[in-house]
Amino acid sequence: MQITPEEISKVAHLARLELNQTEIAQMTDQVGTILAYIDKLNELDTTGVAPTTHALAINNAFRDDVVVPSLPQAEALRNGPKQNGEAFVVPKIIS
Amino acid sequence: MELYDQTIHQLHELLKTRQLSAVELTNQVLARLDQVEPQVGAFITECRELAMSQAQAADAMLAKGTGGPLCGIPLSIKDVLCTKGVRTTCGSKILEPFVPPYDATVITRLKEQGAVMVGKASMDEFAMGSANENCAYGIPKNPWNTAHICGGSSGGSAASVAAGECIASLGSDTGGSVRQPASHCGVVGMKPTYGRVSRFGLLAFASSLDQIGPLTKDVRDCALMLNSIGGYDPRDSTSVREPLPDFTASLSQDLRGMRIGIPKEYFGAGLDPEVRAAVDNGIALLRQAGAEAVEVSLPHTEYGIAAYYIIAPAEASSNLARYDGVKYGFRNQEANTLLEMYKTSRSQGFGPEVKRRIIIGTYALSSGYYDAYYKKASQVRTKIVEDYQKAFAACDALVSPVTPAPAWRIGAKADDPLSVYLSDALTICTNLAGLPAISLPCGFSTAGLPIGFQIQGPHFQEGNLLKIAYALEQAVGLSERRPALNGGQA
Repeated sequence: MQITPEEISKVAHLARLELNQTEIAQMTDQVGTILAYIDKLNELDTTGVAPTTHALAINNAFRDDVVVPSLPQAEALRNGPKQNGEAFVVPKIIS
Repeated sequence: MELYDQTIHQLHELLKTRQLSAVELTNQVLARLDQVEPQVGAFITECRELAMSQAQAADAMLAKGTGGPLCGIPLSIKDVLCTKGVRTTCGSKILEPFVPPYDATVITRLKEQGAVMVGKASMDEFAMGSANENCAYGIPKNPWNTAHICGGSSGGSAASVAAGECIASLGSDTGGSVRQPASHCGVVGMKPTYGRVSRFGLLAFASSLDQIGPLTKDVRDCALMLNSIGGYDPRDSTSVREPLPDFTASLSQDLRGMRIGIPKEYFGAGLDPEVRAAVDNGIALLRQAGAEAVEVSLPHTEYGIAAYYIIAPAEASSNLARYDGVKYGFRNQEANTLLEMYKTSRSQGFGPEVKRRIIIGTYALSSGYYDAYYKKASQVRTKIVEDYQKAFAACDALVSPVTPAPAWRIGAKADDPLSVYLSDALTICTNLAGLPAISLPCGFSTAGLPIGFQIQGPHFQEGNLLKIAYALEQAVGLSERRPALNGGQA
Protein backbone atom coordinates (compact mmCIF):
# COMPACT_ATOMS: atom_id res chain seq x y z
CA MET A 1 0.00 0.00 0.00
CA GLN A 2 1.44 3.37 -1.01
CA ILE A 3 1.45 6.24 1.44
CA THR A 4 1.36 9.86 0.26
CA PRO A 5 3.01 12.97 1.74
CA GLU A 6 -0.52 14.23 2.56
CA GLU A 7 -1.24 11.09 4.57
CA ILE A 8 2.07 11.43 6.43
CA SER A 9 1.13 15.04 7.30
CA LYS A 10 -2.29 13.98 8.51
CA VAL A 11 -0.91 11.13 10.64
CA ALA A 12 1.79 13.42 12.04
CA HIS A 13 -0.93 15.83 13.15
CA LEU A 14 -2.85 12.97 14.81
CA ALA A 15 0.35 11.98 16.63
CA ARG A 16 1.01 15.61 17.61
CA LEU A 17 4.24 15.77 15.65
CA GLU A 18 5.37 18.66 13.47
CA LEU A 19 7.42 17.60 10.46
CA ASN A 20 9.16 19.93 8.03
CA GLN A 21 9.05 19.36 4.24
CA THR A 22 12.33 17.44 4.22
CA GLU A 23 11.14 15.18 7.03
CA ILE A 24 7.82 14.59 5.28
CA ALA A 25 9.57 13.60 2.05
CA GLN A 26 11.98 11.28 3.86
CA MET A 27 9.21 9.80 6.03
CA THR A 28 6.98 9.17 2.98
CA ASP A 29 9.79 7.28 1.32
CA GLN A 30 10.90 5.26 4.38
CA VAL A 31 7.46 4.50 5.79
CA GLY A 32 6.33 3.55 2.28
CA THR A 33 9.18 1.03 2.01
CA ILE A 34 8.39 -0.40 5.44
CA LEU A 35 4.64 -0.68 4.73
CA ALA A 36 5.40 -2.36 1.40
CA TYR A 37 7.38 -4.96 3.34
CA ILE A 38 4.57 -5.33 5.88
CA ASP A 39 2.15 -6.14 3.03
CA LYS A 40 3.82 -9.56 3.23
CA LEU A 41 1.27 -10.30 5.96
CA ASN A 42 -1.40 -10.49 3.25
CA GLU A 43 0.21 -13.66 1.88
CA LEU A 44 -1.42 -15.42 4.84
CA ASP A 45 -5.09 -16.27 5.03
CA THR A 46 -6.13 -15.39 8.58
CA THR A 47 -9.87 -15.77 8.12
CA GLY A 48 -11.37 -16.84 11.43
CA VAL A 49 -8.06 -16.63 13.34
CA ALA A 50 -8.48 -15.01 16.76
CA PRO A 51 -6.07 -12.10 17.29
CA THR A 52 -3.46 -12.30 20.07
CA THR A 53 -2.93 -9.08 21.98
CA HIS A 54 -1.26 -10.61 25.01
CA ALA A 55 1.10 -13.59 25.10
CA LEU A 56 -0.04 -14.97 28.46
CA ALA A 57 -3.60 -15.74 29.46
CA ILE A 58 -3.86 -13.20 32.28
CA ASN A 59 -7.29 -12.08 33.39
CA ASN A 60 -8.13 -8.95 35.32
CA ALA A 61 -5.73 -8.53 38.22
CA PHE A 62 -7.78 -7.43 41.21
CA ARG A 63 -6.53 -6.31 44.60
CA ASP A 64 -8.18 -5.17 47.78
CA ASP A 65 -9.14 -1.50 47.74
CA VAL A 66 -6.73 -0.35 50.43
CA VAL A 67 -5.43 3.20 50.51
CA VAL A 68 -1.64 3.37 50.52
CA PRO A 69 0.57 6.48 50.44
CA SER A 70 1.03 7.95 46.98
CA LEU A 71 3.61 10.34 45.58
CA PRO A 72 3.61 13.62 47.57
CA GLN A 73 2.47 16.64 45.53
CA ALA A 74 5.83 18.42 45.62
CA GLU A 75 7.64 15.33 44.31
CA ALA A 76 5.03 14.71 41.64
CA LEU A 77 5.45 18.29 40.42
CA ARG A 78 9.25 18.42 40.64
CA ASN A 79 9.85 17.28 37.06
CA GLY A 80 7.24 19.63 35.60
CA PRO A 81 8.82 22.00 33.04
CA LYS A 82 6.51 24.72 34.38
CA GLN A 83 4.58 24.47 37.64
CA ASN A 84 3.38 26.77 40.42
CA GLY A 85 3.72 24.53 43.45
CA GLU A 86 0.14 23.31 43.15
CA ALA A 87 -0.32 22.34 39.50
CA PHE A 88 1.41 22.03 36.14
CA VAL A 89 1.08 25.28 34.18
CA VAL A 90 0.31 25.14 30.45
CA PRO A 91 -0.57 27.78 27.81
CA LYS A 92 -4.10 29.14 28.08
CA ILE A 93 -6.63 26.64 26.70
CA ILE A 94 -9.86 28.72 26.82
CA SER A 95 -9.57 32.35 25.82
CA MET B 1 42.41 -12.03 36.15
CA GLU B 2 41.65 -8.45 37.13
CA LEU B 3 38.77 -7.94 39.56
CA TYR B 4 36.70 -6.08 36.98
CA ASP B 5 36.94 -9.07 34.62
CA GLN B 6 35.56 -11.50 37.21
CA THR B 7 32.02 -12.75 37.65
CA ILE B 8 29.43 -12.12 40.34
CA HIS B 9 29.90 -15.58 41.84
CA GLN B 10 33.70 -15.32 41.86
CA LEU B 11 33.62 -11.90 43.49
CA HIS B 12 30.94 -12.94 45.97
CA GLU B 13 33.32 -15.56 47.37
CA LEU B 14 35.97 -12.86 47.93
CA LEU B 15 33.45 -10.41 49.39
CA LYS B 16 31.76 -12.96 51.64
CA THR B 17 35.05 -14.13 53.12
CA ARG B 18 36.15 -10.48 53.49
CA GLN B 19 39.23 -10.96 51.31
CA LEU B 20 37.85 -8.04 49.33
CA SER B 21 35.70 -5.08 50.33
CA ALA B 22 32.87 -3.73 48.21
CA VAL B 23 34.53 -0.30 48.38
CA GLU B 24 37.78 -1.67 46.97
CA LEU B 25 35.95 -3.56 44.23
CA THR B 26 33.87 -0.51 43.31
CA ASN B 27 37.00 1.65 43.20
CA GLN B 28 38.65 -0.81 40.82
CA VAL B 29 35.60 -0.97 38.58
CA LEU B 30 35.36 2.83 38.49
CA ALA B 31 39.08 3.04 37.65
CA ARG B 32 38.49 0.62 34.77
CA LEU B 33 35.53 2.72 33.67
CA ASP B 34 37.79 5.81 33.62
CA GLN B 35 40.35 3.90 31.58
CA VAL B 36 38.13 2.51 28.82
CA GLU B 37 34.99 4.66 28.74
CA PRO B 38 36.52 7.17 26.26
CA GLN B 39 36.83 4.24 23.82
CA VAL B 40 33.57 2.46 24.60
CA GLY B 41 31.07 5.18 25.52
CA ALA B 42 28.72 2.78 27.31
CA PHE B 43 27.25 5.25 29.80
CA ILE B 44 24.81 8.16 29.59
CA THR B 45 25.07 9.05 33.29
CA GLU B 46 27.66 7.88 35.81
CA CYS B 47 26.83 7.87 39.51
CA ARG B 48 30.12 7.50 41.36
CA GLU B 49 29.13 9.06 44.66
CA LEU B 50 26.02 6.92 44.90
CA ALA B 51 28.11 3.86 43.98
CA MET B 52 30.61 4.56 46.75
CA SER B 53 27.92 5.07 49.38
CA GLN B 54 26.15 1.89 48.23
CA ALA B 55 29.49 0.05 48.43
CA GLN B 56 29.97 1.23 52.03
CA ALA B 57 26.46 0.06 52.92
CA ALA B 58 27.21 -3.27 51.22
CA ASP B 59 30.35 -3.70 53.31
CA ALA B 60 28.27 -3.18 56.45
CA MET B 61 25.85 -5.91 55.30
CA LEU B 62 28.72 -8.24 54.43
CA ALA B 63 30.38 -7.64 57.80
CA LYS B 64 27.14 -8.68 59.51
CA GLY B 65 26.95 -11.75 57.29
CA THR B 66 23.68 -10.65 55.69
CA GLY B 67 25.02 -9.95 52.21
CA GLY B 68 23.64 -12.19 49.45
CA PRO B 69 25.18 -12.95 46.03
CA LEU B 70 24.55 -9.44 44.63
CA CYS B 71 25.77 -7.57 47.72
CA GLY B 72 28.59 -5.19 46.83
CA ILE B 73 28.53 -6.08 43.12
CA PRO B 74 28.91 -3.05 40.78
CA LEU B 75 26.23 -3.03 38.07
CA SER B 76 25.25 -0.82 35.17
CA ILE B 77 21.56 -0.23 34.58
CA LYS B 78 20.01 0.47 31.20
CA ASP B 79 18.73 4.03 31.16
CA VAL B 80 15.19 2.74 30.53
CA LEU B 81 14.71 1.90 34.22
CA CYS B 82 13.61 4.54 36.72
CA THR B 83 16.21 5.18 39.39
CA LYS B 84 15.15 7.47 42.23
CA GLY B 85 17.26 10.61 42.29
CA VAL B 86 19.38 9.53 39.29
CA ARG B 87 18.59 11.04 35.88
CA THR B 88 16.79 8.63 33.55
CA THR B 89 16.78 9.72 29.90
CA CYS B 90 15.70 6.60 27.98
CA GLY B 91 18.33 7.70 25.46
CA SER B 92 16.10 10.62 24.45
CA LYS B 93 16.43 14.40 24.47
CA ILE B 94 12.81 14.58 25.55
CA LEU B 95 13.76 13.15 28.96
CA GLU B 96 17.12 14.94 29.30
CA PRO B 97 16.15 16.65 32.60
CA PHE B 98 14.06 13.79 34.06
CA VAL B 99 14.98 12.65 37.58
CA PRO B 100 12.53 9.93 38.67
CA PRO B 101 10.91 10.29 42.10
CA TYR B 102 10.77 6.49 42.53
CA ASP B 103 12.68 3.31 41.76
CA ALA B 104 11.62 0.58 39.36
CA THR B 105 10.76 -2.62 41.27
CA VAL B 106 13.88 -4.37 39.95
CA ILE B 107 16.00 -1.47 41.28
CA THR B 108 14.29 -1.65 44.68
CA ARG B 109 15.08 -5.37 44.80
CA LEU B 110 18.73 -4.87 43.82
CA LYS B 111 19.14 -2.09 46.40
CA GLU B 112 17.64 -4.26 49.16
CA GLN B 113 20.25 -6.88 48.29
CA GLY B 114 23.10 -4.37 48.52
CA ALA B 115 23.97 -4.13 44.82
CA VAL B 116 26.00 -1.12 43.67
CA MET B 117 24.98 1.02 40.67
CA VAL B 118 27.89 2.65 38.82
CA GLY B 119 25.80 4.30 36.12
CA LYS B 120 22.99 4.39 33.60
CA ALA B 121 23.88 2.57 30.40
CA SER B 122 23.45 3.84 26.87
CA MET B 123 20.56 2.61 24.74
CA ASP B 124 18.68 3.32 21.55
CA GLU B 125 16.17 6.09 22.15
CA PHE B 126 13.11 4.53 23.84
CA ALA B 127 14.72 1.13 23.17
CA MET B 128 13.95 1.46 19.46
CA GLY B 129 16.91 0.09 17.54
CA SER B 130 19.21 -2.84 16.95
CA ALA B 131 22.57 -1.09 16.82
CA ASN B 132 22.46 1.55 19.57
CA GLU B 133 22.97 4.11 16.79
CA ASN B 134 19.72 5.93 17.69
CA CYS B 135 20.91 7.27 21.04
CA ALA B 136 20.70 11.04 21.62
CA TYR B 137 23.86 10.87 23.77
CA GLY B 138 26.36 9.22 21.41
CA ILE B 139 26.94 5.75 19.99
CA PRO B 140 28.62 3.15 22.24
CA LYS B 141 31.26 1.01 20.55
CA ASN B 142 31.77 -2.73 20.46
CA PRO B 143 34.60 -3.55 22.92
CA TRP B 144 35.86 -6.30 20.60
CA ASN B 145 36.27 -3.85 17.72
CA THR B 146 35.37 -0.23 18.32
CA ALA B 147 34.60 0.39 14.64
CA HIS B 148 31.60 -1.92 15.00
CA ILE B 149 28.21 -1.55 16.64
CA CYS B 150 27.66 -3.11 20.05
CA GLY B 151 24.07 -3.98 19.13
CA GLY B 152 20.88 -2.64 20.59
CA SER B 153 18.87 -1.51 22.14
CA SER B 154 20.62 -2.53 25.40
CA GLY B 155 23.98 -1.72 23.76
CA GLY B 156 25.51 0.18 26.65
CA SER B 157 24.60 -2.63 29.03
CA ALA B 158 26.28 -5.28 26.86
CA ALA B 159 29.34 -3.14 26.08
CA SER B 160 29.86 -2.16 29.74
CA VAL B 161 29.79 -5.81 30.86
CA ALA B 162 32.17 -6.92 28.08
CA ALA B 163 34.55 -4.03 28.78
CA GLY B 164 34.70 -4.62 32.55
CA GLU B 165 33.08 -1.26 33.35
CA CYS B 166 30.69 -3.19 35.60
CA ILE B 167 30.26 -6.82 36.64
CA ALA B 168 26.74 -7.27 35.23
CA SER B 169 23.86 -5.20 33.92
CA LEU B 170 20.13 -5.01 33.45
CA GLY B 171 18.61 -4.36 30.05
CA SER B 172 15.21 -4.69 28.44
CA ASP B 173 14.13 -6.84 25.50
CA THR B 174 11.15 -6.00 23.27
CA GLY B 175 12.28 -7.77 20.08
CA GLY B 176 15.77 -8.97 20.94
CA SER B 177 17.22 -5.95 22.72
CA VAL B 178 19.00 -7.97 25.44
CA ARG B 179 19.95 -11.05 23.40
CA GLN B 180 21.21 -9.27 20.28
CA PRO B 181 23.70 -6.88 21.96
CA ALA B 182 24.76 -9.74 24.28
CA SER B 183 25.52 -11.79 21.16
CA HIS B 184 27.45 -8.95 19.50
CA CYS B 185 29.48 -8.19 22.65
CA GLY B 186 30.23 -11.79 23.66
CA VAL B 187 28.28 -11.82 26.93
CA VAL B 188 25.28 -13.75 28.26
CA GLY B 189 21.86 -12.10 27.96
CA MET B 190 18.44 -13.40 28.94
CA LYS B 191 14.92 -12.34 28.10
CA PRO B 192 12.76 -13.97 30.79
CA THR B 193 9.17 -15.08 30.22
CA TYR B 194 6.73 -12.20 29.85
CA GLY B 195 5.43 -11.55 33.36
CA ARG B 196 8.38 -13.20 35.14
CA VAL B 197 10.01 -9.87 36.03
CA SER B 198 8.03 -6.81 37.11
CA ARG B 199 7.91 -3.98 34.57
CA PHE B 200 6.98 -1.37 37.18
CA GLY B 201 9.32 1.56 36.59
CA LEU B 202 10.40 0.35 33.13
CA LEU B 203 9.71 3.16 30.66
CA ALA B 204 7.20 1.55 28.32
CA PHE B 205 7.94 0.95 24.64
CA ALA B 206 5.57 -1.90 23.64
CA SER B 207 3.82 -3.13 26.76
CA SER B 208 2.77 -6.56 25.49
CA LEU B 209 6.36 -7.35 24.43
CA ASP B 210 8.71 -5.56 26.88
CA GLN B 211 10.60 -7.59 29.46
CA ILE B 212 13.58 -6.76 31.70
CA GLY B 213 16.54 -9.13 31.59
CA PRO B 214 20.12 -9.55 32.84
CA LEU B 215 23.38 -9.25 30.89
CA THR B 216 26.27 -11.07 32.55
CA LYS B 217 29.71 -12.58 31.99
CA ASP B 218 28.55 -16.15 32.42
CA VAL B 219 25.48 -18.35 32.79
CA ARG B 220 25.74 -18.76 36.56
CA ASP B 221 25.67 -14.98 36.96
CA CYS B 222 22.59 -14.87 34.74
CA ALA B 223 20.85 -17.33 37.08
CA LEU B 224 21.87 -15.25 40.12
CA MET B 225 20.53 -12.05 38.55
CA LEU B 226 17.23 -13.71 37.61
CA ASN B 227 16.92 -15.00 41.19
CA SER B 228 17.33 -11.42 42.37
CA ILE B 229 14.93 -9.58 40.07
CA GLY B 230 12.19 -12.12 39.35
CA GLY B 231 8.87 -12.74 41.04
CA TYR B 232 5.39 -11.32 41.44
CA ASP B 233 4.92 -7.61 42.02
CA PRO B 234 1.49 -6.18 42.87
CA ARG B 235 2.54 -2.97 41.09
CA ASP B 236 2.67 -4.72 37.70
CA SER B 237 -0.69 -6.27 36.87
CA THR B 238 0.95 -8.40 34.16
CA SER B 239 3.50 -9.93 36.51
CA VAL B 240 2.59 -13.52 37.35
CA ARG B 241 2.26 -15.43 40.61
CA GLU B 242 4.42 -18.25 39.32
CA PRO B 243 6.85 -19.70 41.93
CA LEU B 244 10.41 -18.41 41.52
CA PRO B 245 12.85 -21.33 41.83
CA ASP B 246 16.56 -21.00 42.66
CA PHE B 247 17.83 -20.93 39.09
CA THR B 248 21.39 -21.86 40.04
CA ALA B 249 20.00 -25.30 40.98
CA SER B 250 19.31 -25.89 37.27
CA LEU B 251 22.93 -25.60 36.20
CA SER B 252 24.20 -29.01 35.14
CA GLN B 253 26.40 -30.41 32.42
CA ASP B 254 24.34 -33.53 31.97
CA LEU B 255 21.74 -33.03 29.26
CA ARG B 256 20.57 -36.64 29.02
CA GLY B 257 16.82 -36.74 28.46
CA MET B 258 16.76 -33.21 27.08
CA ARG B 259 15.37 -32.76 23.57
CA ILE B 260 16.65 -29.74 21.65
CA GLY B 261 14.72 -28.63 18.59
CA ILE B 262 16.49 -27.20 15.57
CA PRO B 263 14.06 -24.89 13.75
CA LYS B 264 15.00 -25.12 10.08
CA GLU B 265 13.66 -21.63 9.34
CA TYR B 266 16.42 -20.13 11.53
CA PHE B 267 19.13 -21.60 9.31
CA GLY B 268 17.95 -20.30 5.95
CA ALA B 269 19.57 -18.26 3.21
CA GLY B 270 21.25 -15.10 4.44
CA LEU B 271 22.83 -16.75 7.47
CA ASP B 272 26.51 -15.84 7.65
CA PRO B 273 28.58 -19.05 7.12
CA GLU B 274 30.76 -18.36 10.17
CA VAL B 275 27.68 -17.92 12.35
CA ARG B 276 26.27 -21.14 10.96
CA ALA B 277 29.51 -23.04 11.67
CA ALA B 278 29.73 -21.76 15.25
CA VAL B 279 26.10 -22.63 15.99
CA ASP B 280 26.40 -26.07 14.35
CA ASN B 281 29.44 -26.70 16.54
CA GLY B 282 27.40 -25.65 19.59
CA ILE B 283 24.65 -28.11 18.67
CA ALA B 284 27.23 -30.89 18.30
CA LEU B 285 28.58 -30.08 21.77
CA LEU B 286 25.07 -30.22 23.25
CA ARG B 287 24.56 -33.65 21.70
CA GLN B 288 27.85 -34.80 23.21
CA ALA B 289 26.49 -33.62 26.57
CA GLY B 290 23.56 -35.99 26.12
CA ALA B 291 20.90 -33.87 24.45
CA GLU B 292 18.80 -35.39 21.70
CA ALA B 293 18.47 -33.12 18.64
CA VAL B 294 15.24 -33.06 16.63
CA GLU B 295 14.39 -30.99 13.58
CA VAL B 296 11.31 -28.82 14.01
CA SER B 297 9.54 -26.23 11.91
CA LEU B 298 8.24 -22.76 12.80
CA PRO B 299 6.70 -21.96 9.41
CA HIS B 300 5.49 -18.44 10.29
CA THR B 301 8.88 -17.17 11.45
CA GLU B 302 9.29 -15.22 8.22
CA TYR B 303 6.21 -13.13 9.11
CA GLY B 304 7.52 -12.18 12.54
CA ILE B 305 9.19 -8.94 11.53
CA ALA B 306 6.19 -7.69 9.56
CA ALA B 307 3.82 -8.43 12.46
CA TYR B 308 6.21 -6.92 15.00
CA TYR B 309 6.69 -3.69 13.06
CA ILE B 310 2.94 -3.10 13.27
CA ILE B 311 2.32 -4.28 16.84
CA ALA B 312 5.34 -2.66 18.51
CA PRO B 313 4.94 0.78 16.85
CA ALA B 314 1.17 0.68 17.51
CA GLU B 315 1.77 0.13 21.21
CA ALA B 316 4.60 2.68 21.20
CA SER B 317 2.49 5.37 19.55
CA SER B 318 0.06 5.04 22.43
CA ASN B 319 2.69 4.74 25.19
CA LEU B 320 4.68 7.72 23.94
CA ALA B 321 1.63 9.98 23.89
CA ARG B 322 2.49 10.76 27.53
CA TYR B 323 5.51 12.84 26.45
CA ASP B 324 3.59 16.05 25.96
CA GLY B 325 5.77 18.63 27.69
CA VAL B 326 3.40 18.93 30.65
CA LYS B 327 4.40 16.60 33.48
CA TYR B 328 8.10 15.91 32.92
CA GLY B 329 10.85 16.16 30.36
CA PHE B 330 11.44 18.72 27.66
CA ARG B 331 8.96 21.49 26.83
CA ASN B 332 9.29 24.15 24.16
CA GLN B 333 8.70 27.15 26.44
CA GLU B 334 8.23 29.46 23.42
CA ALA B 335 4.96 27.83 22.36
CA ASN B 336 1.88 30.05 22.69
CA THR B 337 -0.90 27.49 22.42
CA LEU B 338 -1.38 24.05 23.91
CA LEU B 339 -1.37 22.33 20.50
CA GLU B 340 1.79 24.16 19.47
CA MET B 341 3.39 23.18 22.78
CA TYR B 342 2.55 19.49 22.25
CA LYS B 343 3.73 19.45 18.65
CA THR B 344 6.93 21.43 19.00
CA SER B 345 7.99 19.82 22.30
CA ARG B 346 7.54 16.34 20.83
CA SER B 347 9.13 17.20 17.49
CA GLN B 348 12.19 18.78 19.10
CA GLY B 349 12.45 16.11 21.80
CA PHE B 350 12.11 12.86 19.81
CA GLY B 351 14.75 11.60 17.37
CA PRO B 352 14.08 10.34 13.81
CA GLU B 353 13.59 6.62 14.56
CA VAL B 354 11.11 7.34 17.36
CA LYS B 355 9.15 9.70 15.10
CA ARG B 356 9.15 7.08 12.36
CA ARG B 357 7.71 4.43 14.67
CA ILE B 358 5.11 6.81 16.11
CA ILE B 359 4.00 7.59 12.55
CA ILE B 360 3.81 3.90 11.59
CA GLY B 361 1.93 3.05 14.79
CA THR B 362 -0.50 5.93 14.51
CA TYR B 363 -1.15 5.08 10.87
CA ALA B 364 -1.72 1.39 11.66
CA LEU B 365 -4.25 2.25 14.37
CA SER B 366 -6.01 5.02 12.46
CA SER B 367 -9.54 4.75 11.17
CA GLY B 368 -9.77 2.68 8.00
CA TYR B 369 -6.41 0.96 8.44
CA TYR B 370 -6.89 -0.79 11.79
CA ASP B 371 -8.21 -4.06 10.32
CA ALA B 372 -5.68 -4.13 7.50
CA TYR B 373 -2.71 -3.66 9.80
CA TYR B 374 -3.18 -4.02 13.55
CA LYS B 375 -5.82 -6.74 13.48
CA LYS B 376 -4.02 -8.62 10.72
CA ALA B 377 -0.71 -8.47 12.60
CA SER B 378 -2.41 -9.68 15.80
CA GLN B 379 -3.87 -12.65 13.90
CA VAL B 380 -0.45 -13.49 12.48
CA ARG B 381 0.83 -13.29 16.04
CA THR B 382 -1.59 -16.11 16.89
CA LYS B 383 -0.12 -18.22 14.05
CA ILE B 384 3.38 -17.63 15.46
CA VAL B 385 2.24 -18.64 18.97
CA GLU B 386 0.70 -21.83 17.53
CA ASP B 387 3.96 -22.67 15.71
CA TYR B 388 5.79 -22.62 19.04
CA GLN B 389 3.12 -24.74 20.75
CA LYS B 390 3.52 -27.39 18.09
CA ALA B 391 7.32 -27.27 18.23
CA PHE B 392 7.38 -27.59 22.03
CA ALA B 393 5.32 -30.75 21.79
CA ALA B 394 8.40 -32.33 20.20
CA CYS B 395 11.23 -30.70 22.17
CA ASP B 396 12.14 -28.94 25.43
CA ALA B 397 13.95 -25.98 23.88
CA LEU B 398 14.84 -24.48 20.51
CA VAL B 399 18.44 -23.77 19.53
CA SER B 400 19.53 -21.32 16.84
CA PRO B 401 21.71 -18.34 16.03
CA VAL B 402 20.81 -15.00 17.66
CA THR B 403 21.65 -12.80 14.70
CA PRO B 404 22.13 -13.64 11.03
CA ALA B 405 25.65 -12.10 11.07
CA PRO B 406 28.21 -10.66 13.51
CA ALA B 407 28.11 -6.94 14.41
CA TRP B 408 28.20 -4.63 11.40
CA ARG B 409 30.33 -1.49 11.10
CA ILE B 410 28.95 1.66 12.69
CA GLY B 411 27.06 3.65 10.05
CA ALA B 412 26.85 0.81 7.52
CA LYS B 413 23.03 0.72 7.62
CA ALA B 414 22.42 4.32 8.66
CA ASP B 415 20.12 5.25 5.77
CA ASP B 416 18.19 2.02 5.54
CA PRO B 417 15.90 1.43 8.53
CA LEU B 418 14.27 -1.63 6.92
CA SER B 419 17.60 -3.47 6.62
CA VAL B 420 18.17 -2.86 10.35
CA TYR B 421 14.68 -4.20 11.14
CA LEU B 422 15.42 -7.34 9.12
CA SER B 423 18.47 -8.08 11.28
CA ASP B 424 16.05 -8.89 14.13
CA ALA B 425 14.58 -11.89 12.26
CA LEU B 426 15.75 -14.54 14.75
CA THR B 427 14.84 -12.83 18.03
CA ILE B 428 11.53 -11.11 17.39
CA CYS B 429 9.07 -14.04 17.45
CA THR B 430 10.13 -14.87 21.03
CA ASN B 431 8.61 -11.60 22.24
CA LEU B 432 5.45 -12.02 20.17
CA ALA B 433 4.90 -15.32 22.02
CA GLY B 434 6.12 -14.05 25.42
CA LEU B 435 8.71 -16.83 25.72
CA PRO B 436 11.99 -16.92 27.63
CA ALA B 437 15.24 -17.03 25.65
CA ILE B 438 18.94 -16.75 26.34
CA SER B 439 21.95 -15.77 24.25
CA LEU B 440 25.45 -16.92 25.10
CA PRO B 441 28.78 -16.84 23.24
CA CYS B 442 29.54 -19.88 21.07
CA GLY B 443 32.41 -18.65 18.92
CA PHE B 444 34.19 -15.82 17.13
CA SER B 445 34.35 -14.77 13.52
CA THR B 446 37.73 -14.68 11.76
CA ALA B 447 37.54 -10.89 12.21
CA GLY B 448 37.42 -11.45 15.98
CA LEU B 449 33.77 -10.56 16.56
CA PRO B 450 31.66 -12.65 18.95
CA ILE B 451 28.96 -15.04 17.73
CA GLY B 452 25.98 -15.87 19.94
CA PHE B 453 23.88 -19.00 20.44
CA GLN B 454 20.18 -18.66 21.23
CA ILE B 455 18.02 -21.03 23.26
CA GLN B 456 14.26 -20.42 23.46
CA GLY B 457 11.86 -22.35 25.67
CA PRO B 458 8.23 -22.62 26.75
CA HIS B 459 6.78 -20.13 29.24
CA PHE B 460 8.48 -20.23 32.67
CA GLN B 461 11.11 -22.80 31.60
CA GLU B 462 14.08 -20.48 32.24
CA GLY B 463 15.61 -23.28 34.34
CA ASN B 464 15.93 -25.58 31.32
CA LEU B 465 17.38 -22.77 29.21
CA LEU B 466 20.00 -22.05 31.86
CA LYS B 467 20.83 -25.76 32.12
CA ILE B 468 21.42 -26.09 28.38
CA ALA B 469 23.31 -22.79 28.29
CA TYR B 470 25.51 -23.83 31.19
CA ALA B 471 26.38 -27.15 29.54
CA LEU B 472 27.23 -25.36 26.30
CA GLU B 473 29.29 -22.72 28.09
CA GLN B 474 31.36 -25.40 29.83
CA ALA B 475 31.89 -27.25 26.55
CA VAL B 476 32.75 -24.18 24.46
CA GLY B 477 35.14 -22.77 27.06
CA LEU B 478 34.90 -19.10 26.05
CA SER B 479 33.49 -17.61 29.25
CA GLU B 480 36.83 -16.20 30.42
CA ARG B 481 37.74 -14.55 27.13
CA ARG B 482 37.75 -10.74 27.34
CA PRO B 483 38.29 -8.02 24.72
CA ALA B 484 41.76 -6.47 24.53
CA LEU B 485 40.88 -2.83 25.11
CA ASN B 486 44.01 -0.79 25.54
CA GLY B 487 42.33 2.22 27.13
CA GLY B 488 42.85 5.88 26.41
CA GLN B 489 42.25 6.91 22.84
CA ALA B 490 38.81 6.84 21.29
